[in-house]
Amino acid sequence: LSVEIEEKAAAIRDPRHPEPRHEPLVFERSGEGKVGYSLPPLDVPETVAIPAALLRAEIAGETEITEVEVARHFTRLSKLNFSIDQDLYPLGSCTMKHNPRVNEEVARLPGFAAAHPLAPEEVSQGALELAWSLERMLSELTGLARVTLQPAAGAQGELAGILMVRAALTKRGGPRTTVLIPDSAHGTNPASAHFAGYKVRELKSNARGTLDLHVLEEAMTEDVAALMLTVPNTLGIFENQILEIARIVHAKGGYLYCDGANFNSFVGIAKPGAMGIDVMHMNLHKTFSTPHGGGGPGAGPVAVAGSLVPFLPRPTVERRADGSFFLDHDRPESIGRLRTFLGNFGMFVRALAYISSYGNRIGEVARGAVLNANYIRAGLTGVYHLKYDAPTMHEVVFSDKKQTAWGVHAMDIGKRLMDYGFHPPTISFPLIVYGALMIEPTETESKSGLDAFVAAMREIARESEEEPQIVKTAPHTTPVRRVDEVGAARNLVLRWKPES
Amino acid sequence: VKFLPISDSDRSEMLRAIGVSSIEDLFASIPAEVRHSPNLPPPLSEIEVRRLLGSLAARNANARESAFFLGAGIYNHYVSAIADQMLYRAEWLTSYTPYQPEVSQGTLQSIFEFQTHICLLTGLDVANASLYEGASALVEALLMASRLCRGRRRAVLSAGIHPEYRETVRTYFSSLGFTSIEVPVKADGRTDENALAAAVDDDTFAVAIQSPNFYGVVEDWQIGSRAAHQKGALSVAVVAEAVSMALLASPGERGADIACGEGQSLGVPMHLGGPVLGILACRAEHERQIPGRLVGETRDAEGRRAFCLTLSTREQHIRRERATSNICTNQGLMALASNIHCSLLGKRGLREVALQSHAKAEYLKGEIAKIPAWRIPFEGPTFNEFVVEGPEPAAPLLSRLARRGILAGVPLSRWEDSANRFLVAATEMNTREEMDRLVAALRDRAGGRGDREVPHGDTGGTGDRKVPRREPF
Repeated sequence: LSVEIEEKAAAIRDPRHPEPRHEPLVFERSGEGKVGYSLPPLDVPETVAIPAALLRAEIAGETEITEVEVARHFTRLSKLNFSIDQDLYPLGSCTMKHNPRVNEEVARLPGFAAAHPLAPEEVSQGALELAWSLERMLSELTGLARVTLQPAAGAQGELAGILMVRAALTKRGGPRTTVLIPDSAHGTNPASAHFAGYKVRELKSNARGTLDLHVLEEAMTEDVAALMLTVPNTLGIFENQILEIARIVHAKGGYLYCDGANFNSFVGIAKPGAMGIDVMHMNLHKTFSTPHGGGGPGAGPVAVAGSLVPFLPRPTVERRADGSFFLDHDRPESIGRLRTFLGNFGMFVRALAYISSYGNRIGEVARGAVLNANYIRAGLTGVYHLKYDAPTMHEVVFSDKKQTAWGVHAMDIGKRLMDYGFHPPTISFPLIVYGALMIEPTETESKSGLDAFVAAMREIARESEEEPQIVKTAPHTTPVRRVDEVGAARNLVLRWKPES
Repeated sequence: VKFLPISDSDRSEMLRAIGVSSIEDLFASIPAEVRHSPNLPPPLSEIEVRRLLGSLAARNANARESAFFLGAGIYNHYVSAIADQMLYRAEWLTSYTPYQPEVSQGTLQSIFEFQTHICLLTGLDVANASLYEGASALVEALLMASRLCRGRRRAVLSAGIHPEYRETVRTYFSSLGFTSIEVPVKADGRTDENALAAAVDDDTFAVAIQSPNFYGVVEDWQIGSRAAHQKGALSVAVVAEAVSMALLASPGERGADIACGEGQSLGVPMHLGGPVLGILACRAEHERQIPGRLVGETRDAEGRRAFCLTLSTREQHIRRERATSNICTNQGLMALASNIHCSLLGKRGLREVALQSHAKAEYLKGEIAKIPAWRIPFEGPTFNEFVVEGPEPAAPLLSRLARRGILAGVPLSRWEDSANRFLVAATEMNTREEMDRLVAALRDRAGGRGDREVPHGDTGGTGDRKVPRREPF
């Protein structure tokens, strides 16, 4: 614990010294004989009715620690994290919006948190109705026939979507060989297509940053199962020729897949189904505000047009004529399961609460998100390079092109933003913008917050020119300074080990 | 709307700064013919949201208000108050994946600690930052084995693996050209060792066995390890009830190369089956093929200990179609809950929970076996769950019991052709009184003697007040 004591001493000597930031591992806080829990006394005979060869010794190295120490450890650790509740978190493509707290409260009701997925249907009607209602809402918002809630995350949703396309094409005669993906796409798209058994052909974007119809027309053959398109794309630009794109894909018997990661920019304003989109995943943790939780849990429902309904993952939630709900496992053409049970049900609860809070005014979400992104664009144009100047939807992608003249890169700009109290934008993505700074403010930011962010970005641009060293060595005020990520990969230390 | 902090005057100023006259101008690139306003009900206030969700929750039986014996992959174990309350802290709840380590040391260190707990429990060297849940964790373990045995096309699975896990494997394998062979369990409920060894050939990349298996029977992973290793394949240990790892010999001790499965019982509420917690661990020699996120220890520019995500060049956001896995996220908040739980219970508590669960299940199994016309069909040793066979179809009986506040078990007819059998699980949460009530009800076969039938919704924990039914949509 010497580092911790040293930090405390430094803070006492110098009041301007930041508060102590070193927190030992929980295993290093352990002390022999300490106990942090209690169970009721055993009210049945004690017994171990398992052969000795199949039993283990005590778990060497596990902790011995009290609740007080656990409370302090995890509270101190939490303070080393940046979070949305602290300030603007403009990670492009991640839609870091405010997470309404009532959603957390209702998700913990015993009828959800302490309920079991395999309880008899008669005593699970509330859960089934919730899933059914959320499906109807998402179906209404997408303009598509049905929705599976099962996928645990966006990437699993993509896989489910492409597997449904594969099943439909197989039934029609053959699965085809190739999926087309624009060069601006999220990396999950090619990975999902690959795990669904397809070759990937990348399509080059045009000067506007959108799909080139000539390139598409040439690539769209009868070997192509689907085009996976992010709408609006990762540059925050809407595919204004979406109807023509759908026509070209459908004319060759292919399916139009929409990566709905950016649905926040048009939810409640336009319907993907009307655009000719056949299948689309959504991220409940982006558009529908379920918390990111430091990297999950998410949920990636997939909406499909009527032609793909027979292939939905099993089971589906259905309603009988008498109004009761049931799980339909008898779906012979289903692609099968992607995981256990119904999916991340706790996220369904939160998403339903969120959509209900906005109701028929949910388009305000998209309007706010697009307004805020355009305001940032207006504030930073001329200060940072903007490679594609087509109209911005919910996010804007600048680059470090001007700043590289002084040796400052996108990563440095992002790290310096931490010193100004903001989380960095998404750095170095999309790949078609070298040195990208992908900024998505979301609708839950105030004008004064956006003004402060723009001011910080402008100040960093000035520093990059006049005192680049301070940017290149940032951050200066965070719990740790720049972290050696190369060293971590070279010399892997992936766990604590007991001293032996 | 209460989550939108732009005032009318802000909006006018912002539009002026952007140089447009209305927000609609910003949507000009969306063709007019695809514009639609959604047909949804008007917005609800917070009070109405509480009412709506409260009325839906009240119509689900739950473990706090029933005698509860459901398992089959999701278990009702103790979750401490602190393990839940800590998750409310905004710093944990509202942060993203820790891609920027300088402002994410809390999440990163917690994952590093979680990885350590999973290593200690599995007896293996390396664990990842968690996966979605048990079934997809098995898929990832098998795909990892296939990469380590390149060119081989088959996985051999025990039929004692959870049926939904096996179904998930079939879904993922269908498009990748892999096949899975299933080896049956014997009359005592354990995987047939001879059939297993016979099923493994030179084209096999993995042999997977679950313990305790789907029928609750404790298996020896060593039979899988022996069968796998004789043909150069990898041995995969599947765990669906993670509490058992505190009592049973670990996968690492019994020769497994990869352990995977469901960690929900280590501090995560049941949540109707999700979000839960996929786990995956392996031997050090295979660490560079492990899928999913990994946190490593390193130093910052001033030489202090620090943590960061590592080996991310395996992942799809960088490697795209050549990534080792299609998994994008971990279950960060659930891994945190599990870290808090394992830390709090620690060496002694994890074992005590396992011992109590086992002792209660043994008591209940013994009492049910004494009832005339009821039997325990599998003789193999069990941990905290076992199959019961009664004199009548299980599903209608279980529904009758559920209406009386006893969630007695999960019928096997959901997955296989054995109408009269069901799974019963016990944990440290069950009291002897509840178990005796279950035994009495089975003896009566819920025949209406004694207990009053309570229609569900009236038991909703809100006192005598009947909760009005509301429809969300």
